[in-house]
Amino acid sequence: MAINADQVLDCSGLACPMPIIKTKKAVDGLQVGQVLQMIATDPGSVSDVEAWTKKTGHELLGHQKDGDKFVFFIKRTK
Amino acid sequence: MAETTAKRLAIIAGHGTLDAAYPPLILSTSAIAMDMEAAIFFTFYGLNILKKGQADKLKVAPIANPAMPIPVPNIIGMLPGMTHMATGMMKSWMKKAKVAKLSELMEVALESGVRLIACQMTMDVMGIKKEDLIDGIEIGGAATFLEYASQNAIVLTF
Repeated sequence: MAINADQVLDCSGLACPMPIIKTKKAVDGLQVGQVLQMIATDPGSVSDVEAWTKKTGHELLGHQKDGDKFVFFIKRTK
Repeated sequence: MAETTAKRLAIIAGHGTLDAAYPPLILSTSAIAMDMEAAIFFTFYGLNILKKGQADKLKVAPIANPAMPIPVPNIIGMLPGMTHMATGMMKSWMKKAKVAKLSELMEVALESGVRLIACQMTMDVMGIKKEDLIDGIEIGGAATFLEYASQNAIVLTF
């Protein structure tokens, strides 16, 4: 997946709810239109990031599995 | 247009064990991260979660708890030291699973604006003073919680 990220947030090794809490903080720090690349190892984050973007209105551009890591690309929309 | 989704999470925390303290803190901090508001009303044993320096000292009860990953028969669970042992086991499993400590989640809750409300009535019952509790909390009663919860909230009890 060729998505350029403006910022990278590594949440490897963190359990629920920390990846979501750190993602929220990081996205709040972006400009509208910028993209955050978030890396997590918590398998629950796949469902949680999707739910979080659905609720907050930010856009999940895509996610992929890279070994034991889950990589998400989230665009700040507002 | 009528609001179709809840904007608030209102939680009652009535138990002071390690396992009972996690869901209120995890859900309320997540609610804030999801652009919701959140409040936790701490009552009875739940007040222990708010005591200064106590968050990381809460324990797991091995008695009358048939759901421990390694089941402890009640007659064993009642022996001196078993609560300490069960708590130590749970903490080591949580550490292995990289779960944040309760004190860390409490810090996130305070920082992110979760309203932490200590129940005045049960503070009086249990002889707990405001200065026994961590800074940054409020003290209130049933009406405080209900007023908050009555405005489009999900309400959960732990």
